[in-house]
Amino acid sequence: MQLNANIPDGPLAEKWDNHRFASKLVNPANRRKYKIIVVGTGLAGASASATLAEQGYNVSTFCIQDSPRRAHSIAAQGGINAAKNYQNDGDSIMRLFYDTIKGGDFRSREANVYRLAQVSNNIIDQCVAQGVPFAREYGGTLANRSFGGAQVSRTFYARGQTGQQLLLGAYSALSRQIKTGKVTMHTRQEMMELVLVDGKARGIITRNIITGELEKHAADAVILATGGYGNAYYLSTNAMASNVTAAWRAHKKGAGFANPCFVQIHPTCIPVHGDYQSKLTLMSESLRNDGRVWVPKKPGDTRKPVSIPEEDRDYYLENKYPSFGNLVPRDVASRNAKEQCDAGKGVGNTHLAVYLDFSEAIRRDGQETILKKYGNLFQMYEKITDSNPLHEPMMIYPAVHYTMGGLWVDYNLMTNIDGLFAIGECNFSDHGANRLGASALMQGLADGYFIVGTSVANYLGSSDHTQVTTEDSEFKTAEEDVKNRLAKLLQASTARDEDKVTVDEIHKELGLLLWDNCGMARNREGLEKALQELPAIQDKFWNNVYIPGTGEELNQSLERAGRLADFLEFAEIMIRDALEREESCGCHLREESQTEENEAKRDDENFSFVSVWEHKGSGETPTLHKEALHFENVTPSQRSYK
Amino acid sequence: MSTSHNNIDLSLEIWRQKNSRTLGDFETYQLQSISTDMSFLEMLDVLNEKLTREGKEPVAFDHDCREGICGTCGAVVNGIAHGPEPETTLCQLHMRHFDSGDTIVIEPFRSRAFPVQKDLIVDRGALDRVIQAGGYVSVNTGGTPDGNAIPIPSPTAELAMDAASCIGCGACVASCPNGSAMLFTGAKISQFSLLPQGQPERKERALAMVKAMDKEGFGNCTNERECEAVCPKGISIRNIARMNREFVKASFF
Ligand SMILES: Cc1cc2nc3c(=O)[nH]c(=O)nc-3n(C[C@H](O)[C@H](O)[C@H](O)COP(=O)(O)OP(=O)(O)OC[C@H]3O[C@@H](n4cnc5c(N)ncnc54)[C@H](O)[C@@H]3O)c2cc1C
Ligand code: FES
Repeated sequence: MQLNANIPDGPLAEKWDNHRFASKLVNPANRRKYKIIVVGTGLAGASASATLAEQGYNVSTFCIQDSPRRAHSIAAQGGINAAKNYQNDGDSIMRLFYDTIKGGDFRSREANVYRLAQVSNNIIDQCVAQGVPFAREYGGTLANRSFGGAQVSRTFYARGQTGQQLLLGAYSALSRQIKTGKVTMHTRQEMMELVLVDGKARGIITRNIITGELEKHAADAVILATGGYGNAYYLSTNAMASNVTAAWRAHKKGAGFANPCFVQIHPTCIPVHGDYQSKLTLMSESLRNDGRVWVPKKPGDTRKPVSIPEEDRDYYLENKYPSFGNLVPRDVASRNAKEQCDAGKGVGNTHLAVYLDFSEAIRRDGQETILKKYGNLFQMYEKITDSNPLHEPMMIYPAVHYTMGGLWVDYNLMTNIDGLFAIGECNFSDHGANRLGASALMQGLADGYFIVGTSVANYLGSSDHTQVTTEDSEFKTAEEDVKNRLAKLLQASTARDEDKVTVDEIHKELGLLLWDNCGMARNREGLEKALQELPAIQDKFWNNVYIPGTGEELNQSLERAGRLADFLEFAEIMIRDALEREESCGCHLREESQTEENEAKRDDENFSFVSVWEHKGSGETPTLHKEALHFENVTPSQRSYK
Repeated sequence: MSTSHNNIDLSLEIWRQKNSRTLGDFETYQLQSISTDMSFLEMLDVLNEKLTREGKEPVAFDHDCREGICGTCGAVVNGIAHGPEPETTLCQLHMRHFDSGDTIVIEPFRSRAFPVQKDLIVDRGALDRVIQAGGYVSVNTGGTPDGNAIPIPSPTAELAMDAASCIGCGACVASCPNGSAMLFTGAKISQFSLLPQGQPERKERALAMVKAMDKEGFGNCTNERECEAVCPKGISIRNIARMNREFVKASFF
């Protein structure tokens, strides 16, 4: 496997400019001769599709949902970062770069992250021009809030619906291009396979979710914008259809998968309350601006929160981390919540929750101000739990939220397969071992609006291109493979009736295995155990799962089974990756690697690299490659938020 | 959490339809011991797990975020789009609003412009096509002025945000006796007519989107206000009035 990050020469601040100047171009008249496939219509996919179409390419865009507007990005709540320094509080591109690379615990590339900070300001301008109704100050200028891991106010927001408004902005730009005919939109189409011709990505096989028909699509380049794999854990804050299938299919065709064990567990989610539960709901991190996190000092204190006097409360984040307080990064907040609950101080029926209390903020700023900031989140919380955060503190617990790992890409966002790009959450590029709040939206839109267009031109302008059509044998073979896979899934389960299981039962089993052993804290023993237990779950899936209906119709059980089959394979490299990384870093806490104060201990000497996994064929052990990380502009320090 | 931990028994009458070419009918199912902490969709999950284990076909229904924001879910529950709770999507409706022994009738969002594809799943592509007709500001990527170059008074931004909160679920269409999409379209037209960015294309947008709405087979508004009553995001029918004004101005001035 060849891994060249293709980082441009020159000083950090000039790399992106140098690169754009050195990149090949495709002249406007020639762009219409090229076709680009974009899979996904979240922030990354919608913005890329619209931008490439504006530039003159023919774009074919795909999504699972019935409308491109419904991609998982729609659910992002809190906000999007940019280095505008509108608040005049000392922000700059350099500071956003530094915060992001430090937040990622020095496990990402300097050049990529710096570029992200550079284009962040263009994103805000672009979205404003599209009519995104960001929150405003009374004087009419854009408002900002603070987010975890930063000491400046640089987060732009639209109430608690920032993802919705940004996605609707990108969707409107996409809709405009659908209208012009430059984008052909394929909704309710699931990518099932990647097609390579002469080693280059030249198309995909999709399944029409309504009719079950398989379709072949050819193109000159393929862009995956298919989101993260958090649903490997079954319970997560991700939308139900979020999956690893597209990325995993690409991986099995040769694309390296980077840092699969880097999973972010978000500290502020509504706790699990029953085994029927289908997903976990995030309460935006922005709440930590005004909410104070605490538990009773005494384990097993069952008094109502309001009856627990101040002196019996432990505001453990404020006490332990005086300079960041409740705004410590997510991994620190999550781990500390787990620690408190493990020590018996958890609250609520399950004792797997901590309080997030707004009473002081309400006394200070008044109900109206607090409701203006968080009204819709309070409402959502009350709908789910039947409790009103104005009167009682919220109960929260960490949940799987975001995946920093993803397809390995170079500086151009191209995978190690020529012509296959990965953007947004489905790549690994910018967040290292931990993503700061409000940076995923920034990255998705940076990739889609401002970066991938340059990369696609550079690729098309510098490579010889043969014509391919869907009649070529590679497409037929790939289609056959998909057909066989679906047939295998639908094969009547040979198990006795009482041994038959449903797709969700297996998914829950996988989820629990990962949560217990590859979750907030990991150790060798647990990971080895998980690796041993995984094959039995895989076998049970293939032998005992029962999928009603046929493949030639709308069949939601079959859709879920296909995605689970890929999660079951993917889980192996997640666990192996966690096992190999013997250091703690970012969200990844290896229990064997802690400081004397029980904080995560990074090991730069041995682990300052990106791990990249190569698929070696079914049943073969995957191979680990390492892309060494070099820091020339920042000095990796042990993170401290004290 | 003031979780009450009650369990209830339910009788469900659910619309079953194999695909858009066949006729459908109601089927009745019994469910026991449903926790009142479940969401409506989790209750349907329980039913589907049960049907699957019995070797029967589960009920197809649309959903994705399960947080009330993507607009994917939706069904008519006892005659009301998204069920009995105001400003609540089906995925955010919880079983504590039902009593043991209740019969719950569940049907797809029905409308001329929304053909049923299977069971509770309908095709809402017509809404996308209305947006494609003009629900955008025509700016390309790049070359836009600084975000603070256009000051927008906070109350204006808030009004635009109220309109922009629409999740495109289609409940307004399903609940309107005329199958009108005016709340949906009015919200988008309002967002842009309120904001300075929307001014250059204001007239063309209103004309094009109204025309697209008619072409898709959506009906007219006769002030029944059913749309506003079921809207999970509380979008006000003032947006329809604003759209009408925009349309009239664009047509005659
Ligand atoms: C509840 C929540 C709140 C969040 N809040 C914030 C926040 O405040 N700030 C922030 O910066 N980040 C936030 N995030 C993270 C952020 O929302 C995501 O990382 C980001 O939106 C991902 O965007 P994306 O474009 O990469 O992918 P997605 O939005 O996940 O889109 C994936 C797309 O790919 C399609 N797709 C997937 N697989 C296939 C396939 N096989 N075939 C065809 N199509 C496929 C899907 O249909 C979809 O269109 C939040 C995340 C969650 C869960
Ligand atoms: S599933 Fe997204 S709004 Fe209900």
